[in-house]
Amino acid sequence: MNQTFGTDQILFIVGALRWTILLTVFSLLLGGAAGFVVALMRVSPIRAARWAAIGYIGVIQGVPALMLLFLSFYGLPLLGFDLPPLVAASVSLALYVSGYLADIWRGAIQSVAWQQWEASGSLAMTRFQQLRYVILPQAMRIATPPTVGFAVQAVKNTSIVSIVNVVEVARAGQLVNNATYEPFRVYGLVALLYFAICWPMTRLAARLERKLDVRRQR
Amino acid sequence: MPFTFTFGPVWAHFDTILGGVGETLYLSAIGILLGLALGVALAMSRGLVPGFVQGAIDAYIEIIRNTPFLIQLFLIFFGLPLIGLRLDAQQAAVLTIMVNLGAYASEIIRAGIDNIHPSQLEAGASLAMSKLQVFRYVVLMPALAKVWPSLTSQFVLTMLGTSICSFISVQELSGSASVVESDTFRSFETYIVVTVIYLLLSLLLRLVLFGCGEVLFPRGSGLRRLMEGQR
Repeated sequence: MNQTFGTDQILFIVGALRWTILLTVFSLLLGGAAGFVVALMRVSPIRAARWAAIGYIGVIQGVPALMLLFLSFYGLPLLGFDLPPLVAASVSLALYVSGYLADIWRGAIQSVAWQQWEASGSLAMTRFQQLRYVILPQAMRIATPPTVGFAVQAVKNTSIVSIVNVVEVARAGQLVNNATYEPFRVYGLVALLYFAICWPMTRLAARLERKLDVRRQR
Repeated sequence: MPFTFTFGPVWAHFDTILGGVGETLYLSAIGILLGLALGVALAMSRGLVPGFVQGAIDAYIEIIRNTPFLIQLFLIFFGLPLIGLRLDAQQAAVLTIMVNLGAYASEIIRAGIDNIHPSQLEAGASLAMSKLQVFRYVVLMPALAKVWPSLTSQFVLTMLGTSICSFISVQELSGSASVVESDTFRSFETYIVVTVIYLLLSLLLRLVLFGCGEVLFPRGSGLRRLMEGQR
């Protein structure tokens, strides 16, 4: 039974946008929090913390996000959590985000001039005060454009959770395509929706980069 | 009931996994070579092609960079047959990787070319170099040398991204993982093994690309950059 690609199908796909957006926001918040901790560990004076952070970032950036998804999907239930796929999907996306944001923010912190550390240290600031009042405010400025740029990757990356049957935009597109077999229109619409979210963010990142006048450290 | 790890059944299917490794390496190698070639061509054509062609190239780059690889793969695999271009899953995967990487690579290489000062071209011309020689020795190679670390990161992302080709039933590493998993019912163990293999592959790829950089760009060598990075 073939459906035609009409208003209902379009609304179904557009409606699935809320899961794409929710997954993105959640993974950026949770992954951002974790990534912040890892970034601080990465620049910590404690050797063990530094190496743990290096290892964490290396592993997350060295394996496909798809593997993080499968490991969360099959691993979390073994820990005794009986969870819906949406949770495994969110956890894996947050892991992925944390590994990349930690590295971006590590770079931002390290690109603050080292004299700033010395100057604040000579004012008898504690390490927390140094970070809070001197280093991080300057690092944030440097970190903003690449962070927005990475958020685009985070949005696009939510598409892979379609494989564990979370009905976000990519999965909605698959379902509609299976019923209508109109791949150009269906995936064209899906691509358009992603583009509508990502392109303004890409432009924003480029504008911020010019405005804050920080060269991308790639 | 506590979970006990049972890797035995996974090792018994290791030949399947090795087949997947081969396919992943194949997709990555061909995709990276074609994508790099496309990226170089697009970056180099800037200023040489008429405005409307450049507009089309810019639109292509923006579209690719702002939509997911998965959707590009679906459009090519399910869409192209409708206009008479029949591709099997592997061909569709290679084409998508090339089209995807080409856009990213061209942006990276363009940044490298923008970094070359126009006076360099004049210097090249004043040494009686031909246009082709200037192009090769003054523009292309120094630009590539400059952005090689960025390209390396992008190539690693491309290799990791080949895992998504399993969505259209390409039997690369993650595709072979789902076969092993459904044969053995040891899902978690299977994915642990495969994840470790991916990690090794990405380390290996980084090493190989580092070596390529050392051979291709001896003057801007990675070792030198490393020393400069230490300051």
